[in-house]
Amino acid sequence: MNRITVSEACRAVIKRDLLLAFRHRSEIANPMLFFIIVTSIFPLAMRPDPELLRTIAPGVIWVAALLAGILSQERLFRSDYEDGSLEQLVLSPHPLSLLVLSKIVAHWLVTGLPLIVLAPLIGILFQLPAQDMPVLIITLVLGTPLLSLVGAIGTALIVGLSRGGVLLSLLVLPLYVPVLIFATGAVAAASVGLPVAGQLYILGALLVLSLTLAPLATAAALRISLS
Amino acid sequence: MTALASNSHDRAVAPSAVQAPLLACGLECLRGDRLLFSQFDLELLPGEVAQIEGPNGSGKTSLLRILSGLALADEGDVLWRGEVIQYALPEYQGEVAYVGHHNGIKMDLTPLENLAFAQAMAAGKGHLSAMQALAAVKLDGFEDMLCRRLSAGQRRRTALARLLVTGAVLWVLDEPFTALDREGIRVIEELLELHLNNDGLVAMTTHHELHLDISRVKHIQLPQ
Repeated sequence: MNRITVSEACRAVIKRDLLLAFRHRSEIANPMLFFIIVTSIFPLAMRPDPELLRTIAPGVIWVAALLAGILSQERLFRSDYEDGSLEQLVLSPHPLSLLVLSKIVAHWLVTGLPLIVLAPLIGILFQLPAQDMPVLIITLVLGTPLLSLVGAIGTALIVGLSRGGVLLSLLVLPLYVPVLIFATGAVAAASVGLPVAGQLYILGALLVLSLTLAPLATAAALRISLS
Repeated sequence: MTALASNSHDRAVAPSAVQAPLLACGLECLRGDRLLFSQFDLELLPGEVAQIEGPNGSGKTSLLRILSGLALADEGDVLWRGEVIQYALPEYQGEVAYVGHHNGIKMDLTPLENLAFAQAMAAGKGHLSAMQALAAVKLDGFEDMLCRRLSAGQRRRTALARLLVTGAVLWVLDEPFTALDREGIRVIEELLELHLNNDGLVAMTTHHELHLDISRVKHIQLPQ
């Protein structure tokens, strides 16, 4: 019998989820569209004042990214739960936490990464100064995976419930708040020329923390939801 | 006989008593405050199939989920090769294949992709490749069609083909014949027989009369 290594199994999960996302393109497009719509409607509702737009830009972009994240989060395990694939995943002899981490990575690649690519364009829409842009991108690079990882725990807990959407927001939003505060704080500091290393380090530390612990918690939550 | 003189609270089972690879001692399952079964014992030897019978709602699916390691029994233990499965879960899961009510296949993947993925999730590859397994369940010609376009019976066959690609020793099957036509049932029975001949074990529920060697089939009745 040919043994299958853990890395092969994880790669298979990422490959399968990307393939499924690709065959279901609307699922990729939805969070992106949401992100674009929310951010582009904001300037219409505000005073036509470039200075004001510049000030609120990081906040608007981050809030939209966060909400887009929550919206897409629920689908992380939903279809797998409904068709029984999740049972098969839990029954796999490979470490569930690593398989779950692979699922989160694939999910982030289709929902988080596009937002990072779009963010500079939205920044231009808000006349965000060019020197603030790199900091905004860095906060998104550190922050969006963090949202996916933390959100996965909540998603795993509610996966057995038929209408868990609101519950999910209640569960994970408090955990998202620190990310939001430090990320927008970093961009705000950058715009007035203050050092931003502190906030970025905190975001990085939170990312490492959730990267190590969130898959374990998610795996445990999935086992509970399925038993 | 299936009855074992074992105490459900007694975790340590004397090694001499452990001969059957699969052993369930004093299982109890509650759904809410309803007792589905208690003091349930099972002993399964290589080449044997346990056919679990009982009316709807008697806990057949719950029992299979406990045997597969998906759910925990409220009391009692399942032992695999003398070890409580929860203490050696990865080893156990490497040898078990489970096909439940849900097929566990992706509608937006082809049968071939589904099986290749199932194979990657297993501990090791079985002796059949994904293609050969599909041929074994008579799905050749459909391997590159999305499962969404297949009939319910063909999807069921895809799910059952998973048993062949992983090299699992114990098959846990929940109503495997659902949606299968007469020929499909015959094909799966042949596969079951082959598996039993290779010293495999099967725990399954079905309302269908199995056409297998009578000495191999262990009928287990769950109480209402």
